[in-house]
Amino acid sequence: MKILVCITHVPDTTSKINFIDNNTKFDTNGVQFIIGPYDDYALARAIELKESTGSTVTVLNVGTAETEPTLRKALAIGADDAIRVNAEPADSFFVASQIAEQAKAGGYELILMGRESIDYNSGVVHGIVGEMLGIPSISPVMKLDIDGTKVKMAREIEGGKEYVEASLPLVAGCQEPIAEWKIPNMRGIMSAKTKPLKVVEPKSVDSGVKLQKFELPPPKGSVKMISADNVSELVTLLKNEAKVL
Amino acid sequence: MNILVFAESAEGKIRKTSLEAVAYGKAMGGQVTAIALGAVDKAELESLGKYGAQKVLHAKDDRLSHGVIQAFTTVLTKVMEDEKSDVLVLANSSLGTPVAARVAAKTGASLATNVVELPNTSSGFTVKKSIYTGKAFAQVELKNPKKVIAIRKNAAEAKEVGGNAPVTEYNASLTDADFATKITSTEKATGEILLPEANIVVSGGRGMKGPEHWGALETLAKTLGAATGCSKPVSDMGWRPHHEHVGQTGVKVSPQLYIAIGISGAIQHLAGVNSSKCIVVINKDADAPFFKAADYGIVGDAFDVLPKLNEAIKAAK
Repeated sequence: MKILVCITHVPDTTSKINFIDNNTKFDTNGVQFIIGPYDDYALARAIELKESTGSTVTVLNVGTAETEPTLRKALAIGADDAIRVNAEPADSFFVASQIAEQAKAGGYELILMGRESIDYNSGVVHGIVGEMLGIPSISPVMKLDIDGTKVKMAREIEGGKEYVEASLPLVAGCQEPIAEWKIPNMRGIMSAKTKPLKVVEPKSVDSGVKLQKFELPPPKGSVKMISADNVSELVTLLKNEAKVL
Repeated sequence: MNILVFAESAEGKIRKTSLEAVAYGKAMGGQVTAIALGAVDKAELESLGKYGAQKVLHAKDDRLSHGVIQAFTTVLTKVMEDEKSDVLVLANSSLGTPVAARVAAKTGASLATNVVELPNTSSGFTVKKSIYTGKAFAQVELKNPKKVIAIRKNAAEAKEVGGNAPVTEYNASLTDADFATKITSTEKATGEILLPEANIVVSGGRGMKGPEHWGALETLAKTLGAATGCSKPVSDMGWRPHHEHVGQTGVKVSPQLYIAIGISGAIQHLAGVNSSKCIVVINKDADAPFFKAADYGIVGDAFDVLPKLNEAIKAAK
């Protein structure tokens, strides 16, 4: 089976978020970039499937040259080769169009990615790719097993789970606990340096969404401390001051 | 402007966040049509009119009682065509978001999810969406004539406006291809208040010391009519089910009141709660970082404060 894992290159979860250029650009100053945490789960499951089913795993990122270390990390974790679509990931529709194009060209049967990126959090790329390719898309998937040509999955729904079955090819948006994150070992890191990383130019896409500006939430006021011996004061404040009871 | 609202349901009841979607559509102005799919109680369908829908469609097909993403996409796309809808509004959810994605791709609509307030239509059509897991917002322009908007909880207030809408049956004419994805079974916690929809959330962390101590927290949640949540370590250790995990890679909540007990407040947890209106932190460690993000704080032992808080709330009722 040919597996395609789409990864995002996103700020580490502990990053402070700031914007520059009149609030139109993310400030990367001092920010560490990582494989999106949800994508990392997808990648970990793909590597497990590679071992259990004899599949190949290609990782794909839509991004400029600075995302290559992130792709190399995915190769170190165990992917066989990588594709970088050389473009700023402008919006979900743009990114999904590039993924669909590569998925078609490469004949991938299982397309995995995170349920959402942790920068834009839209959670829609898997659905758009599924629709563009005319194949099922399932998200958020917390369990995925291959049984012949069938894929058996568990989808997390509000307050529970749904068990889902579909045939290949399909797209899945993944989340924990589908697999445990994998940490690259020394051998992986060494071999990643020589694994193929193909750079392709994007196809042109007419996007219907245009970013105007970013905003930060208003700063939080200071916390009001209440004595543990006077809990009823908290209740009074929640009722009369915060008006949430 | 013709607005279509997807009224998502669970066990025959319309979701609260979908009522907010109806209110959102109503507040945008224009003609609001609501569509419900699968088995839904008659009274629930009729109630959609009270919240602002002028017309209610119901596609009864029983196969739609579970969330088959592709089948829902087919129906919503068809209704948008039939009703000449300019905008589809739905609630962000494990079903609403993936369906929004496919419908937008299929209809060529501009798409925005995690939308937190009404659109600004003074020039063009701009919506504000939550990004960086609640740490920032983006103003995005939706340029295409058709638009799909998935709203976050509290983007609009669901209130009864006293309307009345006729309920019409809708023939979705689905084929087997729409059900290529089969739902073989479901596992659902019933009778609980759903975390993403709750107005109050009571959440516990490692400071609760073990799953056997959750009783006091659940008692407080019951008194408050709250949903229960937990931190990532707690769900990782299996003390609580995974669907209760609140945070960056878990459920993001935006309740009126979030009470955190024995949670230190790692930045990944804060990312899941930072759009709560009011945050109360109870922690034995006065230096817990969560206090910096809180509105009210109590330094104290969970097992001492929890019962006292429960009694104080009961007394104030």
